[in-house]
Amino acid sequence: MSALLTVEDLRVRFPTRTGVVEAVRGVSFTLGRERLGIVGESGSGKSQTGRAIMGLTPPHADASAKQLAFDGIDLISAPPKLRRDLRGKRIAMILQDPKYSLNPVMSIGRQIVETLRRHERVSRAEARERALDMLAAVQIRDPARVFDLYPHEVSGGMGQRAMIAMMLVAGPELLIADEPTSALDVTVQLEVLSILDKLVAERGMGLIFVSHDLRLVSSFCDRVLVMYAGRIVEEIAASELANARHPYTQGLLNCMPVIGADRHPLPVLDRKPEWAL
Amino acid sequence: MSLATETRPMTRREWLLSDRPQSRLQARLGRAYMTWRRFSANRLAVLGLLILLGLVFVAAFADLLAPHSPVIGNLASARLLPPGSEGYLLGADDQGRDILSRLIHGSRLTLAVVVLVAIIAAPVGLIVGAVAGYAGGWIDAILMRITDIFLAFPKLVLALAFVAALGPGIENAVIAIAITSWPPYARIARAETLTVRNSDYIAAVRLMGASPARIVFRHVIPMCMSSLIVRVTLDMAGIILTAAGLGFLGLGAQPPLPEWGAMIASGRRFILDQWWVATMPGIAILIVSLGFNLLGDGLRDAFDPRESGQ
Amino acid sequence: MNGRRRARSRKAVAAALQFLVVVATTYLGLLAVTFFIGRVIPIDPVLAVLGDRAPAHVVERTREAMGLNLPLYQQFVIYCRQALSGDFGISVLTTNPVMTDIRRVFPATMELATVGTLIGALIGVPLGVLAAVKRGSIADQIVRVIGLVGYSVPIFWLALLALLVFYARLKWVAYPGRIDIVYEYTFSPITGFYLVDALWQRQWDVLRDVFRHIILPASLLGYFSLAYISRMTRSFMLNELQQEYIVAARAKGLSEARIIWAHALRNAAVPLVTVIALSYAGLLEGSVLTETVFSWPGLGLYITNSLQNADMNAVLGGTIIIGSVFIGINLLSDLLYRTLDPRTRAR
Repeated sequence: MSALLTVEDLRVRFPTRTGVVEAVRGVSFTLGRERLGIVGESGSGKSQTGRAIMGLTPPHADASAKQLAFDGIDLISAPPKLRRDLRGKRIAMILQDPKYSLNPVMSIGRQIVETLRRHERVSRAEARERALDMLAAVQIRDPARVFDLYPHEVSGGMGQRAMIAMMLVAGPELLIADEPTSALDVTVQLEVLSILDKLVAERGMGLIFVSHDLRLVSSFCDRVLVMYAGRIVEEIAASELANARHPYTQGLLNCMPVIGADRHPLPVLDRKPEWAL
Repeated sequence: MSLATETRPMTRREWLLSDRPQSRLQARLGRAYMTWRRFSANRLAVLGLLILLGLVFVAAFADLLAPHSPVIGNLASARLLPPGSEGYLLGADDQGRDILSRLIHGSRLTLAVVVLVAIIAAPVGLIVGAVAGYAGGWIDAILMRITDIFLAFPKLVLALAFVAALGPGIENAVIAIAITSWPPYARIARAETLTVRNSDYIAAVRLMGASPARIVFRHVIPMCMSSLIVRVTLDMAGIILTAAGLGFLGLGAQPPLPEWGAMIASGRRFILDQWWVATMPGIAILIVSLGFNLLGDGLRDAFDPRESGQ
Repeated sequence: MNGRRRARSRKAVAAALQFLVVVATTYLGLLAVTFFIGRVIPIDPVLAVLGDRAPAHVVERTREAMGLNLPLYQQFVIYCRQALSGDFGISVLTTNPVMTDIRRVFPATMELATVGTLIGALIGVPLGVLAAVKRGSIADQIVRVIGLVGYSVPIFWLALLALLVFYARLKWVAYPGRIDIVYEYTFSPITGFYLVDALWQRQWDVLRDVFRHIILPASLLGYFSLAYISRMTRSFMLNELQQEYIVAARAKGLSEARIIWAHALRNAAVPLVTVIALSYAGLLEGSVLTETVFSWPGLGLYITNSLQNADMNAVLGGTIIIGSVFIGINLLSDLLYRTLDPRTRAR
């Protein structure tokens, strides 16, 4: 399997009043058309890794890497125009909370059509048709009605489906899902995940699934990267997770309750400064 | 943590910046020091502060600084002298009075107006807002309705109407401006009060048996002060402009008082040939109100770094 | 479904009612204050109207005609009834009913404030957007200084200087006034908005002349609203540009221009409408000081002239009219806000 994405020694730095903070410190991995999970606590640099791949590092921060290549395209030297053309068309990203990540004053349909018309020369009518198909593909029952709704008029689960439709409508090959279900109700989470699962499988996309939820990631992905303080501390196949060697990964695993087991005392996640070195 | 156990004496800066203040005084001074550091990093704000210190200085020592009398001119030899004439740095007006001396003495009037308006309007707004916010219910509804009614008015026109009824003069101008400028303070004070009203420390004070008046005056109003100070400072510029506008229309300070707005009005007749008579007082107004705006901006950024957008 | 719709419409009715109550009480407050100024503050309102040299029997007759022998609350009821029917009394200065005078001068002020707001918004919004996008840059600093000076400069003084430079020295604009005397008799306005009238009647030379008269005062007023509008635009845009939907728009591959203008500004436009409406109201008020300098025959000049002649009926009538327009503009901006923001849109 040829690599869809190669990341080598990715670093993201934020200048602050008290000095430079490195959020991502030398992350390397390769990705084929597979599902890769990135797990870590908040602040571990997992989201910034995803954003750096998208080229969406905040302007005051600085992202650098020895190599960052998507399908043979060197993203570091790529001009901004090329990166913009790639975004949405070949690499897409799903954000956490549809309440904030959808434009509140634009109807859902228009936001989906906008992605499509940005990347393909299609007529208005055709764009609308494809947006409706896409809404149907994310299992929205009445696409024509939802098309004209505004984000505040739909539920969180519906909003996240609309978000998925908006990001997948131009047919990207790589999808970065940044905590796509964390803001949703537990019952809705599974629905959205199964939709995402189906679409990724049908379209043969590569997926980077960023989450703090190790169990979710392990059930959903083929391979898991565990990040701590901006570094990858462990890379492991999802099926091998039970045999994780790194104490941090084991700590994350131990946080999961097992039915029937005694939960006293509650395990506390251990953090050792030497892991961050 | 290991730092605290060390016996090495703290520098004054460390003492101020300590995240574990030993006394109220230290906490307060530490906060003030942080605010000052944010404030002084803003060069424009410091400039504003310097302008206003300059204004206070000039007003305090006007008698010593002014080279001529502000009201008695030399009609024989100094009438409408251009700027740069000997002894008349900024020129003279149609009565042969030195414009610089009039500006220097006028600073007292300007300062008096802003200070008087501030000490009338700010406490009124503060008390109305704090009481409305703390009491809630129908008291809140009525007080805020009145505030909103005043907010919906055109301020300058209302001030004009008040002065027209009260009669021209600087005292009446101050009253009119004060009447029209308290409502925003009431709004701010109410908003701040609402945020602290239900906090635990207020509940604690209440449990200890403090009376509502004590709670409002000792615990709620101090919390409103910083945003109020910022707002009052920013409003000072507007107050100066309104007062000057009233003076310009002949409704503020009466001749021969050297009020800057009235000076512009009297220089208006000579604008085509003796431009300096009307121009100089305008520059003075511009500088002082710019000073208040710069200072207010800087204070807002210093007190509330979130709001600044910097 | 039906029940929800009914609940929603009941909510809408309640909101409309509350709105009406607010408008009504505000208006009542306005009348109360002007009543207070006109009838309570003066020791003898009759003297304020007639002057102190009127013969005794005239004073007595006027006192009765004004209803001053009635108790104060009855006077107020009568006052409100008259004001609501547009009766603000007779102007001592012009001997016309105040309402007739105001009807004559008001379009001039409206035209000036409208052109001023247009200038302020058309320049101020792009400047504010620029400052927000290039935050911290030289451009941002310049916009900030432009705004600060606009907040700090006395408008009547700047107007005088502008007249000195652009009229007296450079001769770029026409002398103070609204229209050249030459056209005063040949031009018959319909709406009272001279620019519109001249355009409508295809009188190009009149249009040119009117433009040369209005451009300087309108630019000055425009500068003041620009100062306010650019500053608020900057802060609204900064707020919008931090939102997650901007990240999403970037992730879609949209161009920066589209993100700024179609996404961020479209969201910032919701509060901006209120700002622009408020600045329009502010210009109506600012006209009081500008019109005297430019001899602009509008409401501002009318009020200041009346002030100088102690014509209280005219002053208070003008105050009520400007206050009413303020209330109306607040109402309008509220409605606009609702239509622009789908989250508050009544359906």
